[in-house]
Amino acid sequence: MSRLSWFNTVSLTLGFAFLYIPMVILIVYSFNESKLVTVWAGFSTKWYGELMRNDAFLSAAWVTVKVAVLSSTFATILGTMGAYVLVRGGRFRGRTLFSGMIYAPLVMPEVITGLSLLLLFIGIGIERGVMTIVLAHTTFAMCYVSVVVSSRLVTFDRSLEEAALDLGCSPAEAFRLVTLPIIAPAVISGWLLAFTLSLDDLVIASFTSGPSATTLPIKIFSAVRLGVSPEINALSTIMIGIVTVGVISASLISKQALVRQKRDEQAAARVQ
Amino acid sequence: MRRFFLIAIPYAWLTVLFLVPFAIVFKISLSDYAVSIPPYVPQFDWAEGIMAFIRELDFENFIFLTEDDLYWKAYLSSLKIAVTATFLTLCVGYPIAYGMARAPEEWRPTLMMLVILPFWTSFLIRVYAWMGILSNEGYLNQILLWTGIINEPLTILNTNTAVYIGIVYTYLPFMILPVYSALDRLDGSLIEAAEDLGCSRAQAFWLVTIPLSRPGIIAGCFLVFIPTLGEFVIPSLLGGSGTLMIGKVLWEEFFSNRDWPVASAVAVILLLILVIPIVLFQRNQQKQAEAEQ
Repeated sequence: MSRLSWFNTVSLTLGFAFLYIPMVILIVYSFNESKLVTVWAGFSTKWYGELMRNDAFLSAAWVTVKVAVLSSTFATILGTMGAYVLVRGGRFRGRTLFSGMIYAPLVMPEVITGLSLLLLFIGIGIERGVMTIVLAHTTFAMCYVSVVVSSRLVTFDRSLEEAALDLGCSPAEAFRLVTLPIIAPAVISGWLLAFTLSLDDLVIASFTSGPSATTLPIKIFSAVRLGVSPEINALSTIMIGIVTVGVISASLISKQALVRQKRDEQAAARVQ
Repeated sequence: MRRFFLIAIPYAWLTVLFLVPFAIVFKISLSDYAVSIPPYVPQFDWAEGIMAFIRELDFENFIFLTEDDLYWKAYLSSLKIAVTATFLTLCVGYPIAYGMARAPEEWRPTLMMLVILPFWTSFLIRVYAWMGILSNEGYLNQILLWTGIINEPLTILNTNTAVYIGIVYTYLPFMILPVYSALDRLDGSLIEAAEDLGCSRAQAFWLVTIPLSRPGIIAGCFLVFIPTLGEFVIPSLLGGSGTLMIGKVLWEEFFSNRDWPVASAVAVILLLILVIPIVLFQRNQQKQAEAEQ
């Protein structure tokens, strides 16, 4: 079907309007001169300036980025190992429990995950701060990474790895030279997913952070509870901008990789 | 040896940071409240052993939950809100997914990206965006007053209506994607066949398209329903004092009342409620995977 019926045109237009208008309004009003967010009083970038001078927000942003980089990196390493164990581990004792523990955090309500981790940290007497948030984020993000990476590993042609082993690679070399480059896109998207999940998380961070560490979502949440403010609009706009650029460039890169892979395959087919 | 470490490291990590905390929640839910730090009397003392534990076991926090109206109402109203919001999300999401599946081939990747993009943007920000729209002086009321549809501003923010709007908005991608992928696989010739055999368009849609997209509908509904049930951010920002949701109750029990045993008992029951839809979801996904093979 090449042309859209009027019904489909209307539903797509309304649907995407619904998805995007709230964000467009948010962005437009971040350039509002007035302190009153809902009254337009002319164009201004003063709230961005205000934001840059707000030390509390800046330090919270720094903590958030630090937590996100650390936890998504640990989560990617652990999650890739987890995926490997799930897909290639074969049979071992407690396999069912292991796969249960990989999938359960995905559907666990955040309030429960947060509460249980807090009780653990208090129970063993770790002081809460950046460290505990990193531990918490690593734990739930590694499960997402495992799911993403294992879906790639399942479709992976094992004979390639076996060929590398036959040709004299050690298992570690085979992993580094053959498996890793092939699953790399999944590992990277796993990292990105873990990174955004960590940036985004309010509930688990609220439970596991102490007075010494406040992340940006915690800061935004406590500011937003008091009502709408132009500074938060400016901050939101910056965050939306970063995500948009990130997602679009990631999808362009993966598209390019796909094109290159197709070209390589065609070239290989010609050689044969 | 290497295999041992490969399995042991993620295994140990998840055991310590997922399974053990969970056992602690369960344990504390059976303890007594005490004015101290930490604010509970442990029920289980290793020195006394298991027999003493069983002797002392009284489930009093759970009994407390059944006696106090608040908790019953919170569980029921969470269920009601989650079911209604899931249904609304389906009603909004299905036509969008349908339109995407019928769109020209070359548009589809872009449309997909437009659906996924909001999912990557901060959840908190997307909920916050509605606060400015729905408030009494908000943009929605401004437009409605200006066009003369209403004479007095509507109160939407801090009501359940705002909670529904927030849930539909934030969880819409979770509904659209599985429904779209089911509709995308649907063989168009089946619909043509139905129409050739005398079905009207509406009949063909109802008798062919809907049943064939059912796995996608079921998956989407679970993906919306499960996280909505324990939702905290949306009811606390968009809902009012009348909005009872269990995630919010747990949060307040823990942070405001500092009653850890009751908060833990609330968590245990929420999880028990969630087990049913999670198992059903898992089964649906498995059936779908088998059907594909």
